[in-house]
Amino acid sequence: MTKQVLVIEDEPNIAEAISFILSRDGWSVSTHASGTTAVQAVRDAKPDVLILDVMLPGKSGYDILQDLRSADDTRALPVLMLTARGQKTDRDLAERLGVNRFMTKPFSNSEMLTNLRELVGG
Amino acid sequence: MLTFNTLVGVCFLYVIMLFLVAFVADKRARRSKVRFLSSPMIYTLSLSVYCTAWTFYGAVGYAARSGLEFVTIYLGPTLVMIGWWWFLRKLVRVGRSQRVTSIADLVSSRYGKSNLLGVLVTLIAVIGTTPYIALQLQSVTLSFAVFARDRSAGWVIPDLEQTAIWVAGGLALFTILFGTRNLDVNERHHGVVTAIAVEAVVKLVALMAVGIFVVWGIGGGAQGISAAMNEAIQAAPEGAWSLQGGRWVGLTFLSAAAFLTLPRMFQVLVVENVDERQLATASWAFPLYLFLMSLFVIPIAVVGLAILPKGENPDLFVLTLPLYFERDGLAMLAFLGGFSSATSMVIVASIALATMVSNHIIMPLWLSTRLGVDASEYRDARQILLSARRLSIVGILALGYFYYRISGGGAALAAIGLISFAGVAQVLPAMAGGLFWRGASRSGAVAGLITGFVIWAYTLFLPSFGEAGVMSASMLADGPWGIAALRPQALFGVDGLDPVVHALFWSLILNCSVFVSVSLLSFPSPLERLQAAQFVNVLDQSGPARGRSFNAATSEDLLVMAQEIMGSDQAQAWFQAQAEQQGKQGYLPDTTPDFIGRLERELSGLVGTATAHAMIGQILGGTTVSVDDLLAVADETQQMLEQTSQLEAKQLELTTTARQLSEVNEKLTQLSIQKDAFLSQISHELRTPMTSIRAFSEILRDGGANDPEAAARHASIIHDESVRLTRLLDDLLDLSVLENGQVQLYPRREVMRDVLDRAIAATSSVIDQEKMHIHRNRSDEGVALYTDTDRLAQVFINLISNAAKYCDAKDKRLAIRVRQRGGRLQVDFVDNGSGVPLESQSMIFEKFSRLSDQAAAGGAGLGLAICREIMDKLDGSITYLPGQSGAAFRVTLPIGTQSPFGRTWPSDINHL
Amino acid sequence: MRSPREPLFLARQSYRRRRVEDAARLLPLLGVVLFLLPLMVGGAIGNVRLAFVFSSWFFLILFAMLLARHLGRDSEQQSTGPQSKPVRPSEDPAGTR
Repeated sequence: MTKQVLVIEDEPNIAEAISFILSRDGWSVSTHASGTTAVQAVRDAKPDVLILDVMLPGKSGYDILQDLRSADDTRALPVLMLTARGQKTDRDLAERLGVNRFMTKPFSNSEMLTNLRELVGG
Repeated sequence: MLTFNTLVGVCFLYVIMLFLVAFVADKRARRSKVRFLSSPMIYTLSLSVYCTAWTFYGAVGYAARSGLEFVTIYLGPTLVMIGWWWFLRKLVRVGRSQRVTSIADLVSSRYGKSNLLGVLVTLIAVIGTTPYIALQLQSVTLSFAVFARDRSAGWVIPDLEQTAIWVAGGLALFTILFGTRNLDVNERHHGVVTAIAVEAVVKLVALMAVGIFVVWGIGGGAQGISAAMNEAIQAAPEGAWSLQGGRWVGLTFLSAAAFLTLPRMFQVLVVENVDERQLATASWAFPLYLFLMSLFVIPIAVVGLAILPKGENPDLFVLTLPLYFERDGLAMLAFLGGFSSATSMVIVASIALATMVSNHIIMPLWLSTRLGVDASEYRDARQILLSARRLSIVGILALGYFYYRISGGGAALAAIGLISFAGVAQVLPAMAGGLFWRGASRSGAVAGLITGFVIWAYTLFLPSFGEAGVMSASMLADGPWGIAALRPQALFGVDGLDPVVHALFWSLILNCSVFVSVSLLSFPSPLERLQAAQFVNVLDQSGPARGRSFNAATSEDLLVMAQEIMGSDQAQAWFQAQAEQQGKQGYLPDTTPDFIGRLERELSGLVGTATAHAMIGQILGGTTVSVDDLLAVADETQQMLEQTSQLEAKQLELTTTARQLSEVNEKLTQLSIQKDAFLSQISHELRTPMTSIRAFSEILRDGGANDPEAAARHASIIHDESVRLTRLLDDLLDLSVLENGQVQLYPRREVMRDVLDRAIAATSSVIDQEKMHIHRNRSDEGVALYTDTDRLAQVFINLISNAAKYCDAKDKRLAIRVRQRGGRLQVDFVDNGSGVPLESQSMIFEKFSRLSDQAAAGGAGLGLAICREIMDKLDGSITYLPGQSGAAFRVTLPIGTQSPFGRTWPSDINHL
Repeated sequence: MRSPREPLFLARQSYRRRRVEDAARLLPLLGVVLFLLPLMVGGAIGNVRLAFVFSSWFFLILFAMLLARHLGRDSEQQSTGPQSKPVRPSEDPAGTR
């Protein structure tokens, strides 16, 4: 059974790279570029796992994560966070908000795949 | 046979001789042949004005009544004279160095030139001296009467009143002639002093001649005198010849105090003193004079008591004894001695009092009526002063005469001697305190003087008029309103004291207490403190009086003082400016009233009005404070000013430093925050393209996409992202260089049109891509520039490409308008998009402030930040123009920037 | 080399002067004591007390005369001495004449 993954990323090139890597690994990938409509996109797509960028136009990844964790239907959704600002404070904040995995850009493709597999219990 | 006419004739001749002596002495003094006149002997003899007719005649009477006690009147001055090293030396030194004119002047000068004190002391002196003058008139008339008395056959009984008036008038004439002939700064009267010395000799010779005649002529030598004395003691009332301790000590002290404070004594002791050696000689010679004067007093008294009929006035034994034995020549001599005593006292006292009255009462009044008069008007002040002196002399003698008339002579007047002593002795605390205690203050002196004077008047002076006078018998016996504690002659229940000793005790004790306590509590003015230091430390300072005259104060003196207060450069500049105003070269303007006024105002800003006034006053007209002393004060003031300003400067510095530090700290904190944010931004901006590059390069490494088209696309993404990365690094480098000010500008001459052409050409690809239309008015663009046009073009390129990328209109248009406004050149770039939202307008020139995250636009968000830095460097600016049809940026440039060095030379450079 | 005796001599002179000044200061106190002594004996003034007062008076005058000779001379020196500028060798009258 193919696992569903939603990628919320505003940089088109990065989104394309992630889609390509995951599709080739057998994931069903959908992408979303806006921060403001991200939570709704999660509800619509009902993914098994979520890849979330921090720096998004309109609404930051942290705010989105907080919204997800405070809603019943999305509370348990495994989230992998990506950020270009790899400082410790960013990671701490993400972990306090209940992130499952945290990766700094640029990332290793295989590492991302490993993390995603672990998150969906593979 | 001695007729009245002979007597008057001899008297007249004697007076004429005195006139001649005074005249010759004055003449010699004016020819500066003062060696003889300033001899210590003349000085010593002039001190004999202490021995008045009261002592000449009265001492014998005193001895006849109370035995040895009369000698206290001479012991006091003896102690003062032999103790000259303590007190008189200092007093005379102060008197000379401060050019003191009278005791009132001394006290006034010591306490900050207080005229109030001058007036007070003058009043006390006048009140204390007037009865004394009356006493002299009385003695002269009485002595005339003695001659008239038992020779009624050949004598016309002279009218005593008339005699007194003639004597007073003659004395006034003599005093005016020789006392006010010259208006010397030093107030020295050589003629008068010499005449008085002659009179002193006459007094001594007369008394000794009578004494010798009495002892060896009729008394039977020492043995006979001794026997006569024992007889007198036997005959005298019980205890009359025994010593009363209180009176003995009290009267010795009183005569010592009065010797220092009597106006006439101060006149001869201090004012007429020329040389300190005079004092050294007088320290023993004057006591010797007193010794000789009193040597024959007791013999004359006891012989007179023994031989002359009972009821004979002992006060006139000196005259009546020779007359009794028909020694007319001796009687004549004795008469002349008494006459000399009276006249010398009256002359000196009236000179001293006239000086005080005219200097402290009449002149201040005259000056106050002429406030604001031009300085040249003061030329007649000299004449006014002389007239004031003469009037005062006449006034004082008239006062004495009327006192004599009103009191009617007799015993009441005879007692006035000691009362007068006690009155003037009230000045002693203020005088001695002023000489030895720096803390003695004006308020203290005033309070002490008033207290002492009031108590003296209450306990001694007013009761002396007897029960018919001011105080009733019941008041004397029971006190005012029956309050026993306030009985005038038993104050606070102190009973059983001799009235004189009682009054002396209370007045001086309370005078001193009030003087000391008020002094301790008050704070003196600067001038007062200056004078205090000068008086108390007079012996440590220069010995001889300063030879410099301040009457002709030069503006150099003022400049020297001003330099000390204002600082050399400022004072010199100021004086030079003033001199220039007067049309003079150099630093020394004429001392016009105008100039003085300005200088005073100038100085009062630094040292306060009063001090400035006093300082300038001292230099211009003052004779008491020297420039050197003022310099000391000025120096002190200057030091204090400097210290204060230094402290202020330091405090200001500290405050500034603290503020700067806190500013720097704030800036550092800000910078730290900015740096963190900037690094975070840089990190983000670098990592984003890196992420794409790494992801796609890993995809390629792992075999890549099967689809060759996709593979090619992946490769091109890697390429684009690395270009983006490079451009970002370029921008960062550019910005860093601009921000650090290390950028090198290459200004050159170019027309605006060409710069715009170049910028548009450089952006043609993006313009074509975005299909943007550019509107220009090329005719406005013919402005010549002199600036780094490459950098300017860089700004234009940025603005044009931004417009191309971010303008959201369907049909993109950009208008570029060039115009000149207020000496500056404006270039506006206005597009037809929706513009920058208001809340973002303040942000757009910050680094990484991309409005949208359209990475496709390719900017890293540094463009406008770079533009702003460039325009700063070109002395221009770039701002966002709100309220236009779309996004609008205005670039402003200075026109006429001819050289990179900025402006032309300042015009005032030619003055160098 | 300067003679070591010179400053010694000067010191002695100024020492003497100080003592003369002391005596001058003490003289009026002596006078007060002398003039108070007649009070110590009660009763009428006799020849002895009269003689005592006048003779002590006379001795005070003699003392004062002796002291004044010293002090008068000294104060004269003082007024020209310390105040005047130190004599330079070229101006020293003793040295040139």
